[in-house]
Amino acid sequence: MTPQPPALPSETLITAIAALLADVRHVAVGASSPMPAAGAMLRQALDEQTRHVRLSILGSVAHNFFTNGSGELFDCAGQGRIDAFFLGGGQIDGQANVNLVGAGDYPQSKVRWPGSFGSAYLYFVVPRVILFREEHSPRVMVEQVDFISAPGVSPPDVYRPGGPVALLTGKALFSFDKTRPGFTLESVHPGETLETIRDATGFDFDHPDEVPQTPAPDAATLALLRGPVLDKLAETYPAFAENWRRDLAAQTQHC
Amino acid sequence: MLTNVVSLVDRLRDGMRIAVPVDYAGVAMAFTRPMIARGLRDLDLVCVPTGGLQVDQLIGAGCVRSVETSAVSLGEAGGAPRFNAAVKEGRIRVIDATCPAVHAGLIAAQKGSPFFPMRGLIGTDVLRNRPDWMVIDNPFADQGDPVVLIPAIKPDVAIFHAPMADRAGNVWIGRRRELAPMAYAATDTYVTVDRIVDDNLLADETTAAGVLPALYVSGIAHVPQGAWPYGLWGVYPADTDALKRYAAAARTQEGFDAYMAATDTPTEART
Repeated sequence: MTPQPPALPSETLITAIAALLADVRHVAVGASSPMPAAGAMLRQALDEQTRHVRLSILGSVAHNFFTNGSGELFDCAGQGRIDAFFLGGGQIDGQANVNLVGAGDYPQSKVRWPGSFGSAYLYFVVPRVILFREEHSPRVMVEQVDFISAPGVSPPDVYRPGGPVALLTGKALFSFDKTRPGFTLESVHPGETLETIRDATGFDFDHPDEVPQTPAPDAATLALLRGPVLDKLAETYPAFAENWRRDLAAQTQHC
Repeated sequence: MLTNVVSLVDRLRDGMRIAVPVDYAGVAMAFTRPMIARGLRDLDLVCVPTGGLQVDQLIGAGCVRSVETSAVSLGEAGGAPRFNAAVKEGRIRVIDATCPAVHAGLIAAQKGSPFFPMRGLIGTDVLRNRPDWMVIDNPFADQGDPVVLIPAIKPDVAIFHAPMADRAGNVWIGRRRELAPMAYAATDTYVTVDRIVDDNLLADETTAAGVLPALYVSGIAHVPQGAWPYGLWGVYPADTDALKRYAAAARTQEGFDAYMAATDTPTEART
């Protein structure tokens, strides 16, 4: 048997996403989120023998059981039937505020991003929101966002069963503590150190004395990722799946 | 009821408020070029709940005054270039929303109610920039508990593409139920469909539950592949390469103008 090529950085991220989804019953993935979708599919594949993890992937036909239109996701979340969801952000700050609208003065932003999508609602009602943004740089991880699409924390009188639990980037994994409020560095990805994370992050965060490394997927996980997960993902994210296959092929040649 | 796209577009007027669906829920792309050719101006678009290619093209062609939306993007093909440029240059007004608030506004209109209350939103800059939304304390709670009231959204017209319609004007929308509140809320609804069937869709219980009745439909045009380059759920997938061709071309206004002046064809048919 030929040995598998080592994990791609994206495969380590997808594996980290699946770990953050441990024990969820129902995970929803929004538009334009191929890696969260892959992470949710991996969670489902890992648990296949023991339980059924429900997936709702916006934009998918095969992985979407809603029959009441795109509003049903929000109705379902409002009823507490969705355990986990993902949010990105053009900017994310140390209070876990996310900005999906634009940089600079609103409304005539210097840079305009697509918009808030469902964040201004789902961040409030989904218990386990995972912030996911591959780019980890001072322009993304800022001290204070220019526009609050969705706030990290709310005053006590605001109905808020949901909120952020973690921030996963291309460089590191953080947990979020809403009582402080603030982030704690949990692990760094291969090649990163506490110092490189500090340099790339515009906000302060807590960290343990020794920062562990984010684990790479084991052989069994890699087989799931490159088999059923990649095949399933291609339905909703054909371009992403094609790039993934190309990266794997390039790596095999390189070996 | 059954007519063609151009005669439906002839019924549109400058300054109308027009509702269009999200990219995977049946976008009537076949309307876009005729709307541009007609020279429509000052349209107020309502994206249900987000917009994409159609919105970007209407903006690029100068048809749009404002967009009420939760987002505008080309999905896997990236940001919406003409939308982004128009916002930056202050040429259109963006009324930023969040997805369930758009649904809430349409559902209020569907019910003939003045507003619909919803959770979330408190403390966001989305809410801060919506003087038309209002925060009240939940009157049923013992104390506090702020909730946001979303006023009814009543478009002049809703436009979408669906898999099929019958000759009586009933349109099959299946699981894409967000199309129904759009039609209930709008004064007129114009639909393009991939096919026309001879049997009445309401006569069969299997199809009846997925039908938007002719009561809510003002005009239908038969346009096979009418959502292209977007897909039609359960019928054909999106043509991602075509979306990317557009995204690359529309980075500049000149590139957009040249793209729109030419004819693009489905990627599959190009080999």
